Amino acid sequence: MPQSADPIIQIENMHKWFEDFHVLRDINLNVTEGERIVIAGPSGSGKSTLIRCINRLEAHDQGRIVIDGIELTENLKRIDEVRREVGMVFQDFNLFPHMSVLENCTLALIHVRGMAQAEAEETAMGYLERVRIPEQADKFPGQLSGGQQQRVAIARSLCMNPKIMLFDEPTSALDPEMIREVLDVMTDLAGSGMTMLCVTHEMGFAREVADRMIFMDEGEIIEIAPPETFFTNPQSERTKAFLSQIIG
Amino acid sequence: MSMETYVKTRRHPALPPPGKATGLIGWMRRNLFSSAGNTITTLVCAAIIALTVPPFFNWAVLDAVWYASDGGLCRVEGAGACWAFVEAKFGQFIYGRYPAEEIWRPNLVLLLFFLNLAAVLTPRMPYKGWLAATLLFIFPMFAWGVLHGGKFGLSVVETSDWGGLLLTLVIALSGILASLPLGILLALGRRSKLPVIRTLSVLFIEFWRGVPLVTVLFMASVMLPLFLPEGVTFDLLLRAIIGVALFASAYMAEVVRGGLQAVPSGQYEAAKALGLSYWQMMGLIVLPQALRVVIPGIVNTFIGLFKDTTLVLIIGLFDFLGIIRANFTDANWASPNTAATGYVFAAFVFWMFCFAMSRYSLYMEKQLSQGERR
Repeated sequence: MPQSADPIIQIENMHKWFEDFHVLRDINLNVTEGERIVIAGPSGSGKSTLIRCINRLEAHDQGRIVIDGIELTENLKRIDEVRREVGMVFQDFNLFPHMSVLENCTLALIHVRGMAQAEAEETAMGYLERVRIPEQADKFPGQLSGGQQQRVAIARSLCMNPKIMLFDEPTSALDPEMIREVLDVMTDLAGSGMTMLCVTHEMGFAREVADRMIFMDEGEIIEIAPPETFFTNPQSERTKAFLSQIIG
Repeated sequence: MSMETYVKTRRHPALPPPGKATGLIGWMRRNLFSSAGNTITTLVCAAIIALTVPPFFNWAVLDAVWYASDGGLCRVEGAGACWAFVEAKFGQFIYGRYPAEEIWRPNLVLLLFFLNLAAVLTPRMPYKGWLAATLLFIFPMFAWGVLHGGKFGLSVVETSDWGGLLLTLVIALSGILASLPLGILLALGRRSKLPVIRTLSVLFIEFWRGVPLVTVLFMASVMLPLFLPEGVTFDLLLRAIIGVALFASAYMAEVVRGGLQAVPSGQYEAAKALGLSYWQMMGLIVLPQALRVVIPGIVNTFIGLFKDTTLVLIIGLFDFLGIIRANFTDANWASPNTAATGYVFAAFVFWMFCFAMSRYSLYMEKQLSQGERR
């Protein structure tokens, strides 16, 4: 794995607690620009919390997180800078139900980037085409299927032209027949050179696009390996046990 | 369980639902007389209606005195409602002691107010934000300037001469216009992560919610002047309006808080992840959804506030109800029916305003839920 001098994500000795519960323990991770990382692990292992720390939806308690040269601290201005560079896709889509698909996509362009409405709509339509859903632009989220909503959510994040995309179990809330369409969009995106961190249970997707697999359990990173090694020759007993459960 | 295999070869067409018993008789049988209990309830209700509605109708319409120059006809044995009393005093009921030759001023203010309000309430109106800001900040100053006068060559009409429906509307509408934004700020404050803001909001809300409006009005009229430096006075009406507005904003804050809690945390997270600031997140994402959920509660508070304004009578302001009551003592119109007529008229006018608010809120709920139909 090529590790260039300046990783775009740098996490050093990071810890986090929920009240007394030690949810992330001594996390160390460097991610290079353009790298695609899939994080797997049993539920409650801290995978989601880890990527939520990267755009500070959760605040870490100890250690350092540096995103593209900006260290995440209490400083609100820096948090906003980081959030402008990091897109996030959620398990439950979290589209804004009172706005049309197009308005969902142009909102941040207009209000955060200060773009004019016409230009924002043009940009948004471009990304809606990229996720193959431009014909739904004037509908409201409630009128779309889960798979369509998740693709809109991806387009909404991409509109801000982020350097990093975080995916928090993007297909877990979907009916089985809709998972494919979302994974296809994510695979396209991976091909375009986007830096991606995906928490997912879709091991086929992981095998296909991941540069590195990360396995987490009980708040710790247990194993980091390229997918071929990870799936065929896992080193840790916990990884082996996990893989045997999900692949069977 | 048979081992036969089954394959459907033809699609079943969609059929219309089977018909139900229709017509008036069928409807009554299903809805009014479907069981013994239901039948008894129907009959009891019918009896109550038969016993109350015709006498009221006779009193209010058939036996009523519609035209008269004094209360003579109303005093006749068997006379009904004395509508002539309402007609004769109508100007007073609406404007109080506002000078007759200056009545165009309140008329102008009310007309412009309702035009501005209608523009703000119309869905998809362009420049809605500006119109709302005008209504909230510029209009009250304009209304004060025109109603009170003293500028632009207008003669001064002291607030002690304002009365009737005009006064009721001035107090209620000022209270409504002030309490919504204040209530929203207090609700946000109560959910703030900053302890000072949260504590202050909680103290404010709990204080004003815990004190009866009558007490608030007494404090505004009697106690407040004691704390002001000597020589500083400010208008009794203004004090009452401030009291009513603060009182209502505490209720509003709790209504809005309920709406804020109904917005899923994922909405906050998505807004933050896109880089929206706190005020953008609240203004563009959270509040539009939260307020929509609590429209019934907000309108409920407005209606309560509107009716509570009648309490200003106890600090010597003659609102709509107060001025009607004051006219009961007019010897010219004294009759056994005068008071009842006045109260029915007052009730009807209050009901009309409240019903309009209620219908508008239903309309708004429908409008807003259209996009979200699932």
